[in-house]
Amino acid sequence: MTDDTMTDLACKELVEIITDYLEGTLPERDRARFDEHILTCPPCREYVQEMRTTLRLTGRLTVESISPASRDELLQAFRRMKA
Amino acid sequence: MGSVLNPQTLVRDSDADLIDRLRTGDEAAFAGLIDAYSAPLLRLAVAFVQSPAVAEEVVQETWMAVVTGIGRFEGRSSVKTWLFKILTNIAKTRAQRERRTIPFSAFDVDSGDEPAVDPERFLPASHPQWPNHWAAAPQPWSMGPEGTALDRETLAVLRRALEDLPRAQQLVVALRDVHGWPAVDVCAALDLSEANQRVLLHRGRSRLRTVLERYFSDPEPEEASCA
Repeated sequence: MTDDTMTDLACKELVEIITDYLEGTLPERDRARFDEHILTCPPCREYVQEMRTTLRLTGRLTVESISPASRDELLQAFRRMKA
Repeated sequence: MGSVLNPQTLVRDSDADLIDRLRTGDEAAFAGLIDAYSAPLLRLAVAFVQSPAVAEEVVQETWMAVVTGIGRFEGRSSVKTWLFKILTNIAKTRAQRERRTIPFSAFDVDSGDEPAVDPERFLPASHPQWPNHWAAAPQPWSMGPEGTALDRETLAVLRRALEDLPRAQQLVVALRDVHGWPAVDVCAALDLSEANQRVLLHRGRSRLRTVLERYFSDPEPEEASCA
């Protein structure tokens, strides 16, 4: 921490700051260390790729909602309130 | 059907405008609201009451409260936050009635250390050349093309993994990554700080990645037949 030059990021640290990285909340300096690291570390590049794949797959999960019957019931109730 | 609003458009509409339309009995506005929020509300309800059937009743009650209470909405929070607050109150009452003692310091982050990756997979900090670098590096995943049986199986594994996450992590990951909410909305709806939201998101996503990694690295189905 006393050194002013950019310290190398360890892989063990990268897997803990990856969410901040993907969220865009990492301070500029750490972001640069992160980018630098994945340029030269294929396993971490793979890890980032896997995390992105995880997000993409999660985005494909279907959501459950209320039944059409419940929906109709609510719209009827809304109509009655209006009347 | 012609009156159904695109939820995306609805969400972009200003809340004040939306409230005006609800108060004047604009049914399309109400239908749009139901379509945009029933799924995330259901997700939250399940976290409180467990049973899917009871959760649907809680959501239904929430919407009825909206129908009768729209006149009392003061606009001090966003509609989204207001909806989540109504649902939370109804769900808590319901959970109490059924004597489920869910401790509701709700969505707190527990302070325990939860590494994203098993520490055993890294070289020790004392390693002369590569301290804390990978000892067992992640291997590329071989996924089936979209729509195939393999792809469907992957999604089923992922869905189960999401449901198995601790409640707070599950909610945050679901709202962010399944429902596509921005962080700021999740914080408001669940009353979380930005930092805690990120911790929960990080832990949840990391766990899901681990489950997928295990799934992709083990081609043998869990219940292999003896044949």
